[in-house]
Amino acid sequence: MPTALDELNLESFNKSIRKYRGKNGSIIPLLQSAQDIFSYVPEQVIEKIAIATNSHVSTIYGVVTFYKQFRLKPVGKHIIRVCQGTACYVNSAKEVYEVIKNKLGIEEGENTEDGLFTLQSVACLGCCSLAPVIMIDDETYGSLTPEKTEKILDEYINREGEVK
Amino acid sequence: MKKILVGMGTCGISAGADKVWNYLKDKVRQENLSENVILEKTGCIGMCYREPLVEVKFENGTSQVFGEVDIYRADEILHDVVLKDEKRDKWVVYDYEKKGDISFFNKQVRIVLRNCGVINPESIDDYIDRDGYNALERVLFDYSPDEVIETVLDSGLRGRGGGGFPTGRKWMFTSKSPGEKKYVICNADEGDPGAFMDRSVLEGDPHSVIEGMLICAYSIGAADGYLYVRAEYPKAIERLKTAIAQASDRGYLGYNIMNSGFTFHLKIKEGAGAFVCGEETALIASIEGHRGMPKIRPPFPAVKGLWGNPTNINNVETFANIPWIILNGPEKFAFYGTDKSKGTKVFALAGKVKRSGLVEVPMGMSINEIVFDVAGGVKKDKKFKAVQMGGPSGGCIPAEMSNTHIDYEEIQKTGAIMGSGGLIVMDEDTCMVDVAKFFLTFTQNESCGKCTFCRIGTKRMLEILTRITEGNGKDGDIDRLIQLSEKIKTSSLCGLGQTAPNPVLSTIKYFRGEYEQHIKDKKCPAGVCTSLVKFRIDPDKCIGCTLCAKKCPTNAISGEVRKTFIIDQETCISCGKCMEVCPRDAVIKE
Repeated sequence: MPTALDELNLESFNKSIRKYRGKNGSIIPLLQSAQDIFSYVPEQVIEKIAIATNSHVSTIYGVVTFYKQFRLKPVGKHIIRVCQGTACYVNSAKEVYEVIKNKLGIEEGENTEDGLFTLQSVACLGCCSLAPVIMIDDETYGSLTPEKTEKILDEYINREGEVK
Repeated sequence: MKKILVGMGTCGISAGADKVWNYLKDKVRQENLSENVILEKTGCIGMCYREPLVEVKFENGTSQVFGEVDIYRADEILHDVVLKDEKRDKWVVYDYEKKGDISFFNKQVRIVLRNCGVINPESIDDYIDRDGYNALERVLFDYSPDEVIETVLDSGLRGRGGGGFPTGRKWMFTSKSPGEKKYVICNADEGDPGAFMDRSVLEGDPHSVIEGMLICAYSIGAADGYLYVRAEYPKAIERLKTAIAQASDRGYLGYNIMNSGFTFHLKIKEGAGAFVCGEETALIASIEGHRGMPKIRPPFPAVKGLWGNPTNINNVETFANIPWIILNGPEKFAFYGTDKSKGTKVFALAGKVKRSGLVEVPMGMSINEIVFDVAGGVKKDKKFKAVQMGGPSGGCIPAEMSNTHIDYEEIQKTGAIMGSGGLIVMDEDTCMVDVAKFFLTFTQNESCGKCTFCRIGTKRMLEILTRITEGNGKDGDIDRLIQLSEKIKTSSLCGLGQTAPNPVLSTIKYFRGEYEQHIKDKKCPAGVCTSLVKFRIDPDKCIGCTLCAKKCPTNAISGEVRKTFIIDQETCISCGKCMEVCPRDAVIKE
């Protein structure tokens, strides 16, 4: 988990700033690039973007908090995205969500204490025929039941245990 | 030479199509089969319910589609069906000899999806082979800009994003607006939960959307365009980037296109996750880099849009129709459909339905035909209760009204809307109050907060709905909901607020009895609202097998082996696990 902003990351972010400087509508692409690099939007970066786009820090902060994509805090090692789409809802996604929350002891948007997971809900992952669906990082898990969900989480937890 | 096509849309990949693809690719390489078979990726074939899908095209032009393909099936398909020419009936989803789920396709008319699942979306040559960029060429050399607009007007095409505004009229307004610089924007911020039409088109046939945008740009006099795509659609973005690069290479994008003097540059803007950005003025604010909040209209974007310039915004599906209309003529397009709704509509079928997937049907088809003929009916043959159309802006149409035809005005009359094309089927186990709560939770979350009624009104409505589903509903709650709904509808600036109460109003209209049962009798007839559901064990049927007690997550069930078990109502959380596992159906839900 990147906590301090290391020089290498800052350097690659400065490259993005140079690319977008003086261009119209560059606040969102800059924030997206910052999040790609740092995994979240650090305070220092907000200031940099404000200077580069000639806007107030409060404007940038306003944009960051408006869009769901942007995070102001670092995330856990694995991001769990629980689909809240209609098809998932009709196919009992609520139960799956409850299992995850209970098992990990976190609510939406929170990180587990060990920094292993971050829990997010998303509007629709768009694979409605596999409902209910969750995504862990880039892997999609479909047709879930509470049991299956628990098993999947266990796999991640066990894998981590082995590494340690 | 035979061809193997692997369906590689997001649905297919999540179901394991990438494993099948890698396996086949390795086999073809290891066994030096590139002389015997062509292996290609394709977009969404539409039959998401049988993913991963693999299609084999034979030399004589016929083909067979196989479903639920894993690497073992893929191996057999490659070695037996393709190399040994053995014909197969097993696993076949669709077949040239009319086997399999025929009715899924034969009621469809594929205009927007003409290339989806047919071509390799990463190959511009595939697109060109199917008349791609022919419409653009024809327009640039044979049509004046006004003639293009005339053609689109004649076709009767209306905005497929849900609003249903005549596309030709929109183009005409932008074309007539004074201004040196004009923009074309494609709205691909498909945010409705339960909708994946635009994603499938962008993933399966990106060039058709680009060509549609080019034709629009020529007709209104724009030299720049943006594709505003949800960041949640990484695959679509990747394929669009590839398509834009290819089109630029071949001279279909950029300066002086095909030496016609027409210039057009296209950029992708990734959305950052805000449902309200599907609204045109909010989308423009987002491209400009601001908080995506809607503005008062007029001025409409056609007059004052992106950076103050005249701007035309259409949805993905609308643009994908355009090249077909130019090539086949507006009359042929208007041949399909009803008096006021022409052409076809793409629907994303999902929910409690046997064949979920992507379908394109002519306007005027009844909901019944879609649910039962195309989609094969309700899962597990349960009772069909309603369809939900238009997502959080739409409403439910009850089974009794399922002879309603797909037509902008007819659907509006029921209290639902055509919407962008999400069609969710609900069965007897769906609680309509809970459905209303679900959609309102969504809009409440996504309200940008600009208009007081939308921001606070939806919150109050959600509180009322929550207490109803928890068994604390009060007399007069239904009227309170209706009253709030009317106020939110009339006092919100944009479509989000104006339509947010629709799911509540339409469920009250058709399922008022269910609301009353929740409030007065404290009962949820569908058995969904857990606070209102009680489980007990029928002593006559219980055999004391202990299965339920073992499965109970809160240890609420106790008893001795081979004697009747009892559920303690205090500790029971009404999860229903006991009911699922009981071999004798001894658990009763009431």
